[in-house]
Amino acid sequence: MEQAYMEQGTQMDKGDNARMSSFVGAIAIADLVKTTLGPKGMDKILQRVSQQDQSISVTNDGATILKAVNIDNPAAKVLVDIAKVQDDEVGDGTTSVAVFCGELLREAEKLIAQRIHPQTICKGWRLARDAARKALEEHARDNAANEEKFRDDLFNIARTTLSSKLLTHDKDYFSNLAVDAVMRLKKSGNLDYIQIIKKAGGQLRDSYLESGFIMDKKIGIGQPKRIENARILIANTSMDTDKIKIYGSRVRVDAMSKVAEIEEAEKDKMRGKCKKIIDHGINVFVNRQLIYNFPEQIFAEAGIMSIEHADFDGVEHLAAVTGGEVASTFDHPELVDLGKCDLIEEVMIGEDKVIRFSGCASGEACTIVLRGASNHLLDEAERSLHDALCVLTQTVKETRTICGGGCTEVLMAQAVDNEAPSIPGKKALAMEAFARALRQMPTIVADNGGYDSAELVTQLRAAHAAGNDSYGLDMYNGKIGCMDELGVRESFKSKLQVLLSASEAAEMILRVDDIIKCAPRQREGH
Amino acid sequence: MSMVYDEYGRPFIILKEQQAKNRVKGLEAQKSNILAAKSVSSVLRTSLGPKGMDKMLVDPDGDVTITNDGATILERMEVQHQVAKLLVELSQSQDNEIGDGTTGVVVLAGALLAQAEKLLDRGIHPVRVAEGYEAACKVALDTLGKIGDTVEFTKDNTEPLVTTAETTLNSKIINVNRRKMAEIAVNAVLSVADLDRKDVNFDMIKMEGKPGGRLEDTELVQGIVLDKEMSHPQMSKTIKDVKCALLTCPFEPPKPKTKHKLDITSKEAYDKLYEHEQAYFTKMIQQVKDSGANLVICQWGFDDEANHLLLQNKLPAIRWVGGVELELIAIATGARIIPRFSELSADKLGSCGQVREIAFGTTKEKMVVIEDCKNSSAVTCVVRGGNKMIVDEAKRSLHDAMCVVRNLVKDNRVVYGGGSAEIACSMAVSKHADSVMGTDQYAIRAFADALDDIPLALAENCGLSPIEELANVKSKQLAENNPFLGVDCNQSGTNNMKEQGVFETLIGKQQQLLLATQVVKMVLKIDDVISMGQYQ
Repeated sequence: MEQAYMEQGTQMDKGDNARMSSFVGAIAIADLVKTTLGPKGMDKILQRVSQQDQSISVTNDGATILKAVNIDNPAAKVLVDIAKVQDDEVGDGTTSVAVFCGELLREAEKLIAQRIHPQTICKGWRLARDAARKALEEHARDNAANEEKFRDDLFNIARTTLSSKLLTHDKDYFSNLAVDAVMRLKKSGNLDYIQIIKKAGGQLRDSYLESGFIMDKKIGIGQPKRIENARILIANTSMDTDKIKIYGSRVRVDAMSKVAEIEEAEKDKMRGKCKKIIDHGINVFVNRQLIYNFPEQIFAEAGIMSIEHADFDGVEHLAAVTGGEVASTFDHPELVDLGKCDLIEEVMIGEDKVIRFSGCASGEACTIVLRGASNHLLDEAERSLHDALCVLTQTVKETRTICGGGCTEVLMAQAVDNEAPSIPGKKALAMEAFARALRQMPTIVADNGGYDSAELVTQLRAAHAAGNDSYGLDMYNGKIGCMDELGVRESFKSKLQVLLSASEAAEMILRVDDIIKCAPRQREGH
Repeated sequence: MSMVYDEYGRPFIILKEQQAKNRVKGLEAQKSNILAAKSVSSVLRTSLGPKGMDKMLVDPDGDVTITNDGATILERMEVQHQVAKLLVELSQSQDNEIGDGTTGVVVLAGALLAQAEKLLDRGIHPVRVAEGYEAACKVALDTLGKIGDTVEFTKDNTEPLVTTAETTLNSKIINVNRRKMAEIAVNAVLSVADLDRKDVNFDMIKMEGKPGGRLEDTELVQGIVLDKEMSHPQMSKTIKDVKCALLTCPFEPPKPKTKHKLDITSKEAYDKLYEHEQAYFTKMIQQVKDSGANLVICQWGFDDEANHLLLQNKLPAIRWVGGVELELIAIATGARIIPRFSELSADKLGSCGQVREIAFGTTKEKMVVIEDCKNSSAVTCVVRGGNKMIVDEAKRSLHDAMCVVRNLVKDNRVVYGGGSAEIACSMAVSKHADSVMGTDQYAIRAFADALDDIPLALAENCGLSPIEELANVKSKQLAENNPFLGVDCNQSGTNNMKEQGVFETLIGKQQQLLLATQVVKMVLKIDDVISMGQYQ
């Protein structure tokens, strides 16, 4: 009878059932990515299910995994969403945020079983979150004033981020690479200037940082392969025959000779266009769209290097790097800003030819060339490096850093635990639960490394209680150690965002007492 | 029975296709309608009050909405039953009219119907119940007017407004930052409000949400924020002393509405056409340039060539700006929207102090901010939050809070929340009941009982023991003759809602009672439900 007034096929879960379904869904998602957490975390293979495309990718990146999973549970979708936002906002900590949210809900489930009202739990969590946040802010360190130390911080952050990824074996090498690249950006933090090129072959260690810009394209036939003091015109224009843009027009002729005439007119038009382009006084022409044989030949005759079909991003990068503008009309050469660089040449990476623009006007640009045994490896390496670069650029903006290795989690847990006894009422229980959830994070990291987590985390707790507030997990030796000495640092912004958005999401899920699911839309042709 | 027999005993059909139709009549119809309405209101009951719970709604495409807003819940629930739909509309009309109290109105209607059901069981005619309710509603409204309080505020002293907005936000997920959110809502409304005419133009307040960041990063921008970027990546990102041209015509050769064909039959014609086409673009840009504009905001797209010409002429441009946004910009900058290039002239341009493009996070998400507008009143709330659902819910909550503030600007009378107004009304109504002759008396008393349901639900949601709490508050109100006593939802130790600062607007509450009574009357008067069969 309950549902007689609803649309057919609508499902409604109420009260405990709704809560149960949220918990189960959210915790399942958290458990899914849990094993990837930490330096000893495992990877996942994702395989597409569609009939045509069964390609696989191997990854350790929480957001990538969660994006790929098809989910029906609404609470789980909330978790996926926070991981995505974390990815967009900070670029790292995507697994942590989902796992922490899951752990919070796991604790909440226990409290609900003790008949504590969800709203009371939320209240306790808020107090706990404020306490944790205060502790986090107190222990953040800001080395922005000291360049050398700041570089060390950045290096350590990159190392910490990369240590949980595939690149862990060469993490020092790649950390240097990433820090160098980010330092080149100075303060602008525009990741557009850093380009990552993947070329299968060789080994990961053969990857290198190339100052300047590399474009994975070919130079037209019969054109110079090396140009010094290049003046580059970057264009987005069609270099086949121009479409007529006036609406409703069409060509209608009554004799073969007329066809030939029109064809000639077309050619003339193109020749005119090429001439206009050449009149810019350029020696390199880069177009986003295709360049057909005919104009290519004209450029070759004029001794101009032409590069066709540079994709949209490529063109924008190039424009940013060389300081030119993306042009689409060519009537006023004096108004167009040309891009400039010292040298353009064709170089070999492995077996492939690419075009290198070096000595560019904007010194911020650089390219990271990744080498590796297989495409999967390269894809994952790119994702990992991208994470590291994101975190680094964010750290350049928000310069505070904190200790990694579970140190801050234990620290925050301790702060919450200290606060809890002074709070009267059931809220205190929720605060304790919050602290337990925080402490779960190092526990999972230790578990993933195959260590005795209970032993390690209690040792860690004791160390913090004794005042060693920089102690964390040393995942290479299976004991606890001072994170400052080990150089395990993390970005403050990332950690804060994890704390806030995970607890926000957990609260949101907890407050729900009804789930109303509309009948799925009937799709045609399935 | 819809089938009768004529004098020869042959069946005579009045209503066609009996099988395909569903028909319920009389008391049965009323009962089934009441049941449906009660079920709907029971869904919302747990969302009432500061400790109310949220609902998670999954739409047919699998997208998740989490909300506490009564109107939103009902709207997304895909209710099918006819009478249940009436309740959905009820909450929507409350939403349109007042913007807040959408949950309360449905719960009240549900309670009124539940009481009516009891009366029907006792054999009282539905129309008598309806009339009794009508009379009781009048008494309740009078009482509300009597216990109403006025709050004084000025542009400098906004404290009472903030407190009221806080009451509204209390029940929402964003109540962690309710103080900040309430201030944002109040500032937004006050900056567009015309205090002399007591008028608030909501069109001037724009909401933009962007997942990411924290809830407390939510801010009020004095100006307009567009979720767009400059049409060409190399256009300047900051423009000062802007003169903007608002165009509703694309930077493309015109497309005449008349169907036509242009045949090209010779080389000369072809060449001419090409020249003509080039001329179009240069002319368009020239016209913009001549008018003195230094920013172009266009409703449509640009051709590549036009885009580049704009860049070359140092004319930053924004394309694909929606019609509503365009109008808002027009109001804020004092510009006229220009439908044709030929009508461009300097006096139709809008002006503002600064336009800049800002980027968010690690992805290339960008927004354009238009600041220091001539008509400075337009504001935008940029809502941030940990995930999409929070941002959406925060937007809805802020909207509710703004509505409440607007209502206060219109009419600065308030009543106190926490169920105190309902309890006071209920007492007044039941006192009145004793003086009424006839069966109406029962209906009026039932109305009083229904009013009690609101504080009951409040107390229940807060985990208090509802009946005990209600009885306490009621006797206290009577003893102290103080209509400001209500259910202490926040457990702050006092029942006095005036001290707690829990306000609701008087018109909001009046509207709740009126609308709920109206709908209930309507439902009661239905004695025959004929639903058409499905079309075959």
